[in-house]
Amino acid sequence: MPDTIRFTLNGTPVNLETDADRTLLWVLRTDLERTGTKYGCGLGICGSCTVVVNGRPVHACQIDLEFVQGKEVTTIEGLAQDGMLHPIQQAFHEHGAFQCGYCTPGMIMNAYALLLENPRPTREQIVAGMERHLCRCGAHKRIVEAIEEARHA
Amino acid sequence: MRNAACIDRRDFVKSLGGGILVVVHLPMTSVLSPSEEEQRRQRGYPEDINAYLHIAEDGSVTLYSGKIEMGQGVATSLTQEAAEELGVALDAIHIIMGDTDTCPRDMGTFGSLTTRMFGPAVRAAAAQARLVLTDLAAQRLGVPRASLVVENGVVYVTSDRSRTVSYGELARGEQITHTVDERAVLRAVEEFTVMGRSPKRLDGIEKVTGQAQFAGDIRRPGMLYARILRPPAHGATLTRVETAAAQAMPGITVVNEDGLVAVLAADPEAAETALALVEAEFDVPAPTVDTERIFDHIVRAVPEPETAEQGGDLEAGRRQCTQTFEATYYNSYVAHAPMEPHAAVAEITDGRATVWSSTQAPFSQQSTIARAIGFQPEAVRVITPYVGGGFGGKVPGQQAVEAARLAKITRKPVQVSWTRGEEFFYDTFRPAAVMQVTSGIDIEGRILLWDYHVYGAGSRGSGVFYDIPNRSVRVSGEWGRAPDGMHPFAVGAWRAPAANSNRFAAEQQIDMMASAADMDPLAFRLRNTTDERMIAVLEAVAEASEWKPAVAPRRRGRGRGLACGIDAETYVALVAEVTADPMTGVVRVERVVCAQDMGLVVNPDGARMQMEGCIAMGLGYVFSEEVRFEGGRILDTNFDTYGLPRFSWMPAIETVLVANDDLPPKGGGEPAIINMGAVVANAVFDATGARVYRLPMTPERVRAAIGG
Repeated sequence: MPDTIRFTLNGTPVNLETDADRTLLWVLRTDLERTGTKYGCGLGICGSCTVVVNGRPVHACQIDLEFVQGKEVTTIEGLAQDGMLHPIQQAFHEHGAFQCGYCTPGMIMNAYALLLENPRPTREQIVAGMERHLCRCGAHKRIVEAIEEARHA
Repeated sequence: MRNAACIDRRDFVKSLGGGILVVVHLPMTSVLSPSEEEQRRQRGYPEDINAYLHIAEDGSVTLYSGKIEMGQGVATSLTQEAAEELGVALDAIHIIMGDTDTCPRDMGTFGSLTTRMFGPAVRAAAAQARLVLTDLAAQRLGVPRASLVVENGVVYVTSDRSRTVSYGELARGEQITHTVDERAVLRAVEEFTVMGRSPKRLDGIEKVTGQAQFAGDIRRPGMLYARILRPPAHGATLTRVETAAAQAMPGITVVNEDGLVAVLAADPEAAETALALVEAEFDVPAPTVDTERIFDHIVRAVPEPETAEQGGDLEAGRRQCTQTFEATYYNSYVAHAPMEPHAAVAEITDGRATVWSSTQAPFSQQSTIARAIGFQPEAVRVITPYVGGGFGGKVPGQQAVEAARLAKITRKPVQVSWTRGEEFFYDTFRPAAVMQVTSGIDIEGRILLWDYHVYGAGSRGSGVFYDIPNRSVRVSGEWGRAPDGMHPFAVGAWRAPAANSNRFAAEQQIDMMASAADMDPLAFRLRNTTDERMIAVLEAVAEASEWKPAVAPRRRGRGRGLACGIDAETYVALVAEVTADPMTGVVRVERVVCAQDMGLVVNPDGARMQMEGCIAMGLGYVFSEEVRFEGGRILDTNFDTYGLPRFSWMPAIETVLVANDDLPPKGGGEPAIINMGAVVANAVFDATGARVYRLPMTPERVRAAIGG
């Protein structure tokens, strides 16, 4: 018996008839065709699948649709507005704060939530706030620099 | 093979329509070092390098590259090279990478070869295209070619800039295919307006907006997601499988054919649920080796060593030494662990397979897939979307074969995306290795003896660049040709294969001798080398790090280390500053300075990104990364126990590019990582007086070294 799931995705209402226990990550990537959110570990420990739900970063691989019922979900596809990059995206681009780009959506979404909560983080707070995100290419230095720049934007 | 390639190319040219196509062949020997050339022949890689550049009738320019983009930034740097030589703006060129239908055959993206091997072909193609176009312009404008100048794809008469013709106008109505067999005259460094600069990466917008497509992001109509039954250990055999419960789930397709047991569904989670319902029993052989016993096993399992280098007389050298040193170094297996696990989508229509694959080697995968599904290679097209990190781990293409087989069996498009557990299980690990070194010095701190034997890793990075009269380097078990039974699972190339192991041993041994000679580590190295490029990077790193002469160890809890090496024809030297807590064994790297001479630098910021990435990634194998196992059973299957470097580990990183514009571009993706083990170990020695002989240098091992 499918459930009715309603939430807001990047400002647009979503209405799904499906099982409420399905995982948000896979529903985003399949039914909703938002493939910017990536699978990395499936255990909520690498951060690649980070999306923002009601202003808080969550691991989309760890939450089901029930959790987002009635909430506002923002994914990497929802940050740029009217063809203009969000300041965090712009800063990542300017600083070359990515290499392969696979962890990048999760990094940016976490940084976005970090700055929502604390618009003027110190460098230490940025490092602590990004600590649970993994980047294999080693773009860490530039990611921190990009977030430092975005906090002034 | 050659003919097939020609036929392909003819079809390709037809598909382009009109315009101007320049096809370049360069002999690969012109850019490979002798040892790389030897490897090329051993592996049967092609002899020539190809590049295609097309100027369409609307003036749009397309560069076709057999190399792929996996984060190393070559989509940008190759486009810069083409734009520079062709005389167009960077954004006027579109690059297509790793599509076997349209791109020139290529052996694979590895070995830091893209810039130094494929780059010259791209430059030659673009320079030739510029010649063809300016010739056409000279005819059109009725002036000699020498009186023309090109800017942003427009040809001007130098003396009368109102007389112009654009590349698009010149290409219109043309159908020219131009083949270049030799190097065209390239633009000089002083003329550069696009090369030698650091434009923002061309893949940036797609990557920061989530639009960049990786293999797992490909969607085809009717596509099924597959989950495949896996053994619990390498070497295990399936003895019983029962799929009825999975079969009974609605919407599930079950495949059980020639050892491939898979469940497929329109929703990846449903496939996952179905896989859990498959009952299977395996015979697992009793383990004979494990994380700790592997080193003895590797030394025992070796074939006769190959002599990589031999000079002088070891016995005579030993007699002349006033001090000799013997040490054995170890490193465990290390995973590639790209953030993107292997993924592929395969679709078969009208007898032709199209496979979108997360791969570093689309052309070799084309053959592998074709063999696996009984197709001719021409009937298989491999398309390479963005690759989410490779580091040498995305060459074999098992996942693409699995997707293609399942697509053939189910007659539906199929996606195979490995879980992180599968990624760890099927990774071709960096091999565990043992390095035995005996060396010696005279009273003046000159190295007279170097007797080096590496087991398991391979030869890369074992070359002796110090001036040592009596030396021997022996290699037992190259990573690509390890004898059966040496490693309990597959091993493969891991970013600068073998060099990380060899430099860890060699540069610690050098440091050990410097200390015993009562010499500053920098002065000791300078005394023992006359290689000008090495001296230049050593001096550059010393200057940038404000190196003050001192003899290690100083045992102050803080220390600094130095290490240097050569990789992909690039010279690199690093200084690391660490703090080490003798009570906990916790080491923190506070600062790393890296100086690199990589010849002409196409994109300085891109080169720095690779250096920074090498340093950051290297911290993992230095401190925590080690694949633990019991026989064929892999115990680390995710990032909860396999620790990658994190933000809080990051030192201050400074990079120095030592100018050497007269030398063609050399490798950049790997050199800076090769010394990470030794540079940190040498700093730990300076801080504590203790040598750590085994990677990774976990707190327990550091504490044990200090205590012992």
